[in-house]
Amino acid sequence: MNEWAYTAAFFIFAAVTVASAVGVVTKNDLVHSSLLLALCFVGVSGLYVLLQADFLAAVQLLVYNGAIAIVFVLGTMLTRRSIRHGTNHSEADAPSRLIGLISGLFVAVTLGVIATTPWNYSSAGAVQDTPAVLGRLILTDYMIAMEVAAVLLLAAMIGAIVLAKGVDEE
Amino acid sequence: MIGLAHFLTVAAMVFAIGLYGLLTKRTVVGILMSIELMLNAVNINLIAFSRFITPDVLTGQVFVIFTIAVAAAEVAIGLAMVFRVYRDRNTVHAARLNEMRW
Repeated sequence: MNEWAYTAAFFIFAAVTVASAVGVVTKNDLVHSSLLLALCFVGVSGLYVLLQADFLAAVQLLVYNGAIAIVFVLGTMLTRRSIRHGTNHSEADAPSRLIGLISGLFVAVTLGVIATTPWNYSSAGAVQDTPAVLGRLILTDYMIAMEVAAVLLLAAMIGAIVLAKGVDEE
Repeated sequence: MIGLAHFLTVAAMVFAIGLYGLLTKRTVVGILMSIELMLNAVNINLIAFSRFITPDVLTGQVFVIFTIAVAAAEVAIGLAMVFRVYRDRNTVHAARLNEMRW
């Protein structure tokens, strides 16, 4: 019963993720695309829960849904001229059939690789208390990477403010 | 039984959808959304490998934290540039932004 529920949950979240991802690239209205992107992030967060990455599922919901999807909606509203006509059309002269073929080929090759690779599965149980372990890892083994990420975020914040607001050029 | 291959399959599909959108979309905002889809597919892969191959160390999850930080920085800068370009040129169509200075 437990196994059955896990399988059902996986297929529901996978279907939500893939279907809304398809919607993101096929919808002709950027607002629809943004909201479907938020739905896609919710599905991905469900997949994280199934992979027992509970802290990252929460981070996914907070950062991607709370910040990135909302910023996309704002960006859409600030950069479109009229509500009537579509704002997210595909490029008219793009060879969309060829690109679709390449994308499908990518999936096929990846599935072949997945099927033929001998995975070295581990039978150890997943870490239970992930936030504590992650915090310890980030502040010990990955401390320099964390500092670099902090500097990157600060630089991105200042850069975004300067770009969007403009500076007084003497 | 849901295993590693199932999660990798979903991630590959999301990545391919993002790739398709990246190459066909006309506006810069749509292209940025497609990049977000691809980054999410990579995150699913990292967490799935972390869960099934090395469940006792959380290296994959730490990688995902840094990926999310970089993705957030990328969206902030990307959309700020979109606002700036829209204000200066009144368009966000990638094909029309084809000169370095104006």
